[in-house]
Amino acid sequence: MSEPLLGVIVSHAALAEALVKAVVVITGLEDALVAVSNDGCDAESLTQRLTDAVGGRPAVLFIDLPGGSCFTSSVRQTRGHSDLAVVTGVNLAMLLDFVFHRDVTPGEAARRAAEAGGKAIRVPTA
Amino acid sequence: MSIALYRIDDRLIHGQVVVGWGQPLDCAFIVLVDNEVRESDWEQDLYRMGVPPNLEVIFASTVEVAERLPTWEADGRVGILLVGDIDTATALCANAPQVKRLNVGGIHHRPGRTERLRFVYLTDEEAAKLRQLAAQGVEITAQDVPTARPIPLGEFT
Repeated sequence: MSEPLLGVIVSHAALAEALVKAVVVITGLEDALVAVSNDGCDAESLTQRLTDAVGGRPAVLFIDLPGGSCFTSSVRQTRGHSDLAVVTGVNLAMLLDFVFHRDVTPGEAARRAAEAGGKAIRVPTA
Repeated sequence: MSIALYRIDDRLIHGQVVVGWGQPLDCAFIVLVDNEVRESDWEQDLYRMGVPPNLEVIFASTVEVAERLPTWEADGRVGILLVGDIDTATALCANAPQVKRLNVGGIHHRPGRTERLRFVYLTDEEAAKLRQLAAQGVEITAQDVPTARPIPLGEFT
């Protein structure tokens, strides 16, 4: 990969922005992630926000829910674009793993992120 | 009537519909009336991917609604019918005159529209079309989520 992958977090309200800030606080990496909110958007304007955020770069789109406007617009965005991939159920753990593993294909990065995010969901015994 | 909500929402099937309304209504099926989506298997798959497996999604054109609405209304389960814009809502009410309630759930900003409510932006022409539907006997209110107050048409057009 000639260019590290970009991570685009797509969410309701300000969740994406908060996740980006949390990753920066923890890692100091400021150029790996961008946030997109669906606030005030219909499908067309959300698609435009996504296009602007991706900016033609290879990217993984991290979506908050596995359905809804963020999901449908993001999947449409990736249709026919092998340099884009989508992973749903974004959490901080998957983003922290992603920002240090961006020199792979978008599909590989999405699968890795899903695995890292899933491993972080636990029910610790007291 | 088993269609509990007739809704105009330009995001179509999304969180407010599936969770915000779907959970308290115990919704079992969503009817998406949209002529473009009706013609696209890919779009239909996309919308089906985004809902829980126990929630049925039915796709229909504005023409098919006239024939199929009585079946949905006779369904013992609770359903939500969605359209994405005011023109589709107008066609729905013309083809299925038994539709007497419309919920304006989300019409977002585009050039030419002005803010009427936080979640409703309309051109003057769109506002006139809603008033025309109301004049034909359709009760129209704006309400994004069930916990909000239903706002009568007269307060936002």
